[in-house]
Amino acid sequence: MRYSGFRVLKEALTGHKGWKPAWRDPAPKPHYDIVVIGGGGHGLATAYYLAKVFGKANVAVLEKGWIGGGNVGRNTTIVRSNYLLDGNEPFYEFSMKLWEGLEQDFNFNAMISQRGVLNLCHTDAQRDAFRRRGNAMRLNGVDAELLDTEGVRRMAPFLNFESARFPIKGGLLQPRGGTVRHDAVAWGYARGADERGVDILQNCEVTGFRIENGVCKGVETTRGFIGAGTVGVAVAGSSGRVMAKAGMRLPIESHVLQAFVSEGLKPLLPGVITYGAGHFYVSQSDKGGLVFGGDIDGYNSYAQRGNLPVVEDVCEGGMSLMPMIGRAKLLRMWGGIMDMSMDGSPIIDRTDVEGLYFNGGWCYGGFKATPASGWAFAHLLATGTSHETATAYRFDRFRKGLMIDEKGVGAQPNLH
Amino acid sequence: MIIPHPLLGPRDSQEFTYLGDASLIERPDWQADNAVDQFHDYLYLRDNPAGAHRELWFHEQGDRSWLVVTRDTVTHEIISAELARDVAKAKGRSK
Ligand SMILES: Cc1cc2nc3c(=O)[nH]c(=O)nc-3n(C[C@H](O)[C@H](O)[C@H](O)COP(=O)(O)OP(=O)(O)OC[C@H]3O[C@@H](n4cnc5c(N)ncnc54)[C@H](O)[C@@H]3O)c2cc1C
Repeated sequence: MRYSGFRVLKEALTGHKGWKPAWRDPAPKPHYDIVVIGGGGHGLATAYYLAKVFGKANVAVLEKGWIGGGNVGRNTTIVRSNYLLDGNEPFYEFSMKLWEGLEQDFNFNAMISQRGVLNLCHTDAQRDAFRRRGNAMRLNGVDAELLDTEGVRRMAPFLNFESARFPIKGGLLQPRGGTVRHDAVAWGYARGADERGVDILQNCEVTGFRIENGVCKGVETTRGFIGAGTVGVAVAGSSGRVMAKAGMRLPIESHVLQAFVSEGLKPLLPGVITYGAGHFYVSQSDKGGLVFGGDIDGYNSYAQRGNLPVVEDVCEGGMSLMPMIGRAKLLRMWGGIMDMSMDGSPIIDRTDVEGLYFNGGWCYGGFKATPASGWAFAHLLATGTSHETATAYRFDRFRKGLMIDEKGVGAQPNLH
Repeated sequence: MIIPHPLLGPRDSQEFTYLGDASLIERPDWQADNAVDQFHDYLYLRDNPAGAHRELWFHEQGDRSWLVVTRDTVTHEIISAELARDVAKAKGRSK
């Protein structure tokens, strides 16, 4: 056994010199059956399920930096399946079910913690909308509970119930929602894929596609040309940049989203809480830090860092909802680049170039989708057909008027 | 970010709201044969470049003019700002 209590003890006595890397660092082969671009959560999950579920081992994951350095290592780790629309809800519930079995499946401790996700409402209209969404979730077989003010108070007595402007009228609770250790997700999938023969090629940036007569033959990279029967792109915030190299424009804009973590505090929050009257959501990590964030900054960005107005906005939201956090010190803040789509929903689809497939448009909600996205993309790459839960995530939905617009704000990516 | 407003001088970007790529000024001809394709591309597809980006900002908390701002999406450096009106006129539009 590679990891055990006995092994930890033995290594402690021998200076921790016996640990080996959890995955190989192979040289690129000249050709793979399937090349997945992007070593984030989605790319690694895709490779893992390709090998494990679809029996494909001649697969490589190409990552321009190190795996887990993108959004999969930058997000606020919330997982949930509390969507309204039919195009989305079965997919996210598929993902939630995969989360529930993931640690056993890839034998890695991802600290999956189903402490509940509570969305607060502050007006009657908002409560009506929550009731509708909760009912839609239940019709899809997902857990949802509508709480009244007292129900919320029992869970989170420290919230600002006395606010005259934004009284807490109740909340929509998904008890099975929660948080997952994001780095462990990348590492667990990477190790599982590597064990099954997938080559994980780091420091290997894709700089172009070799397309002949409308067929993708492989990719140019900083480590040379790599031939491929099938190429899948899963580069999240870099989607526009990478697909431009294949001559494609996407229904996507890149925007920056910031996140924050406070100093470690004693156990305080029962689960994830989202404010319904301002841009603020919060959970508490196992180390005790309050992990929180709000909205995207709102302008196109590839900077991986945001600006101060949103910092102020998020902190104001936090102070208005739970004034007790005012004296907690902020430890760190950072940003990640979101692939914001035109209707707020993702794309998992083929492209006009034969053999070239695309996975992106995850907005700020793609972490929770990681297992299902990987599975569905693997399904598409291996079989050429969409997974049953991902049939709505097509490019042509914009042309056909079949948008999956949870917020109903239209083609304005900075509002999703 | 400070936006150098052509009429009002340097203004905090917080006074503005953001619309997106400046190509949104160029609304296609609805009578063209391929109007459906043109509108699909106009409304939904974006260049989304890493680097210089021409984009529309509305001075909502100020003089309520539309600006075309050229900004680097990698550094957030603002390179220039023009009145959207002037940009449209330069392209032959009446207003
Ligand atoms: C601050 C923040 C908070 C968030 N909070 C949540 C949350 O609470 N819940 C939730 O569900 N989602 C959340 N998200 C969204 C979620 O993190 C993303 O949607 C998701 O991680 C994107 O998929 P990924 O993991 O594959 O992306 P990434 O980890 O970004 O993977 C993409 C990879 O592609 C690589 N790449 C790019 N270009 C190239 C190239 N040319 N060649 C090779 N490789 C390339 C990148 O280096 C990167 O490693 C949050 C995001 C941020 C930034």
